[in-house]
Order: sequence, then structure tokens, then C-alpha cells
Amino acid sequence: MVAAFFGLWEALTALGALDSFITSSPSRMAVKLAELFQTGDLLYHMGVTLAETVISFLLATAMGVAAAIALWWCESARKILEPHLVILNSLPKIALGPVIIIWVGAGTSAIIVMALLISLIITIINSLQAFLSVEEGKLRLFATMKASKTQTLFKLILPSAIPDLMAVLKVNVGLSWVGTIMGEYLVSKAGLGYLIIYGGTIFDLDIVMTATVVLCVLAALMYYAVVLTEKAIGKKFKFNS
Amino acid sequence: MEELITFDKVCLTYHTKESETPVLADMSFSVGRGELMGLVGPSGCGKTTVLSLISGIIRPTSGKVLTGGMAPEKCDISGYMLQKDELLPWRTNMANILLGAELKKRDKAAARQKALELLEKYDLKGVEKHYPDQLSGGMRQRVALIRTLVLAPQIILLDEPFSALDFQTRLQVVNDVYTMLKTEKMTAVFVTHDINEAISMCDRVAVLSSKPCHIKEIVDISVFKGIPPAERRISGEFVRLYDKILTSMQSRTEQTWNTQKNTPATSNGSAGKNLQ
Repeated sequence: MVAAFFGLWEALTALGALDSFITSSPSRMAVKLAELFQTGDLLYHMGVTLAETVISFLLATAMGVAAAIALWWCESARKILEPHLVILNSLPKIALGPVIIIWVGAGTSAIIVMALLISLIITIINSLQAFLSVEEGKLRLFATMKASKTQTLFKLILPSAIPDLMAVLKVNVGLSWVGTIMGEYLVSKAGLGYLIIYGGTIFDLDIVMTATVVLCVLAALMYYAVVLTEKAIGKKFKFNS
Repeated sequence: MEELITFDKVCLTYHTKESETPVLADMSFSVGRGELMGLVGPSGCGKTTVLSLISGIIRPTSGKVLTGGMAPEKCDISGYMLQKDELLPWRTNMANILLGAELKKRDKAAARQKALELLEKYDLKGVEKHYPDQLSGGMRQRVALIRTLVLAPQIILLDEPFSALDFQTRLQVVNDVYTMLKTEKMTAVFVTHDINEAISMCDRVAVLSSKPCHIKEIVDISVFKGIPPAERRISGEFVRLYDKILTSMQSRTEQTWNTQKNTPATSNGSAGKNLQ
């Protein structure tokens, strides 16, 4: 499928049906890739973006799950905050771009905050949903055994929520990429998002397309890493997903 | 014979901002040690609430509930068997059985020893390393009962433990559970809406009315004492008792509300007869 797509792309540009100045072409991208690799630019920009994405992914997941646990624990906080979270979630976070830049400065931290904002709220909402959907009967079992709240959390709520939390992780991988690239569009001196914007500005579509393809590959790899983790944990916790 | 569970004029009322809802009204009965007491009544009448009172999860608004002569929340002597087995899929059967010991921070080695004995005794030897999804419905319920028995309770509270099983499995599991309860000399309170099950298992059956829940009548089933469920079902007496309980369930609430005041006396009488 992917090979056919690139083959067709290459053929159409070679025949002149597509203007390779506007659409670039796989062969030109390969040349650009080698060039960028040799100058060390490629690895540098990949490294920057990957680091930003992984950091915001880990932060969003950890903070989101922690916040969800806190809301599960305290019912009154949940009742007060849940509607606000839903409203916040529907806000396009990119609108907060200028505010973020002014508050945390135009640097890497702004990019990470941007990515965090995009995935944090949805992580909280989805994890909380997972915690609250634990079967009534199992909660009753724990109540009849007079389990403490901490015991219920660690021995029932968290293990039961693992399949849902895994789904949250998968969504977060995607969202962290969105957030990071969006952040890089706003402020950055390095990274694949920077490369794309830079290529666009100087009308070098080879750079834009090359960086985009590299981005796709990286996102796919990170997604697979999460899938592998899920399989390993799934085996331990007897969930076949 | 010692009274293990005593309800003395127990009332329970739920309070909300707008109103008071009486759930239990003036309920008095007692269950002797080793006795199997059934509670039948329409769905949602408060049968489960009676169990929660016995286990000490909730406390009565007025009146007294005693288990083993003490307030239930002060003595941890009752264990539950719920509608579904509620075995946790990520734990092995042994880890599931030891859940209670783990939560109550009891000696795990002793509990494990006891679990192995019970598993062997009730035809489940070797399943301890497996996961619950490898067991049949009947085996799962037996594992769930062993999970309760491992905690060495004096009272077992059965909350419609068979209603999630298909008909054939149910007959088998009713027999198994009866055998296990009698072998372990357990005192049990069995909540069900199925009259058949109540007569098959119990020594006495209390017929409950819907809200506020009170005892309409306590039917003595001591003629079946020591007879397993499968044999009870084919006896002629079974139909007579079925009819008696059904009539009592269907009788109008107003009538029984008046006679209800006398019920505790009859209940004590039949308990006495039962316990000889």
C-alpha cells in the first residue's frame, strides 16, 4: 500500500503529471534525506522533536492519571470539577498559544506546555471514566471484605482500568505529536515542526515533505512501542486486546 | 442452642433532603447457630439491606442487630457470597481465594493452607494455579465460596448467589453450596426471590413484604432437615411448602401488617423446635 503510493507519486512526477516543485517526489526526498543526514541536521531535529514529544507524553500520562485518581478519591471535587473539565476540553488549546509564550517564555518549555495542555484534559476525563466504570458487583465484594479506599484503589480500580488506560496511552501518543508540532510551529529554533515551517517559508517542498515523512515514521514507531507495552502488560493482567 | 443472629425491632430509614423513606419496619427474628435461614420477597424489597445490617456495613436507625451477641461492626464474623462470583480475572484462583486474607491483613500462609484443604475437599484440586476464565460457572461459584470460607466466618450471607447461573448449573451449584455449608457447619442467611431455591436449601424461610420491608411470616421447613436439595425437590411436601410460601407472598400487605406483630413469637417457636 505504502509502496504503491510512493511508486505512483514518483511515476506521476517523473512523467510531469505532477509538478515536483509543488509536490516534491520520493527520489528528491531521498536525496534531501541523505543531505540532511550528512549535515547532522536530520538527527538533531529528530532528537529535539522526539525528546519534546516523549517528555510531554510521559508528563501528560502521569499527571493525567494522578489527577484522575485524585478526582476518583474525592467525590465532591469530582462533582465540582467535572463539568469544567469537559468545557476546557472543548476549547481549542492552540488559542492559548500567545498566553503560554508570555507565561513560560518562547522556548522548549512552551512547546511542552502546549503538548501537555492538548493531551492532559482528555487523559483526566478518560482515566476517570475508566475508574468509575468498575463493576458494581466487584466494588460490593471489596465493601463486604471491608477493604480500605487505598486497597480498593490499588487492588481493584487500577488493575481493572488497565485496558482503558492503555487506550488512553494510544490516544496520547497521537496527541503528544500534535501538541509538539503545534508548539514548534508557534515557537522554536529546532525540531521537525521547525523544519517544516522553515521549508514552507523558503518554498522548499523537499524539506517539508521529507520532514513530514520522518515524522510519520517516528509517530508509528512510538505507537508500536506503546502497543508492545500494552501486550506485555495485557499478558500479566489477563486482558486480551 | 445459641442464637447467632438477633434482630430486635430493627427499623431503618433513609433520609434525603426532601423526605424520609422507611426501608425496614420493626423487624424481629433470630437465627440459631448452624441454621440456614432463607429470606424471600419481591425484588427491591430490602432483602439485601438485611444482609448489610448483619455484616455491619450499615447500621439500623433504631432497634438492635446482634451477631454472636455483639454489634456486627465490632466483630468480623460474617462473610458474603454474592450474585456473581466476582473473581478478579488478573488473579490466579489462589490469589483470588486469598484476596480477603490480603485485605484484612491476616496470616497468608495459614489461609493458603486452609485454601488448599478446601479446594481438595470440594473437588477443585489443582485449579489454584489457573485463572478464573478457565473454570466453568459452577466451579467459579465454588471457588468464590471457598474465598469466603477461608476467612473462617461464623455466618455466611448469600445474596442471590445462583441467579446469574443457567438452570442446569444452578441445580448443581445449589446442591454443592448446600453440602459445603452443612459440612462446614455454617450459619447462613440466604436471600433469594426464588421460592424453589429457598425450600431446597433452608431450614426456615422468612417471607418479606415490599417497602417498608417487614416479615409477613416465617415458614418452618425443618421436615427437610438434613435432606439435600435434589431430594427435597422430588418430595410431595415440597409442593405444599411452595404453595404456603407463595400464598404468603401474595397475601395483601395490610392484612399481614396486622399479623406481623405476632410473627416474632412464631419465629422463636419454630426456631426452638428446629434446634433440638
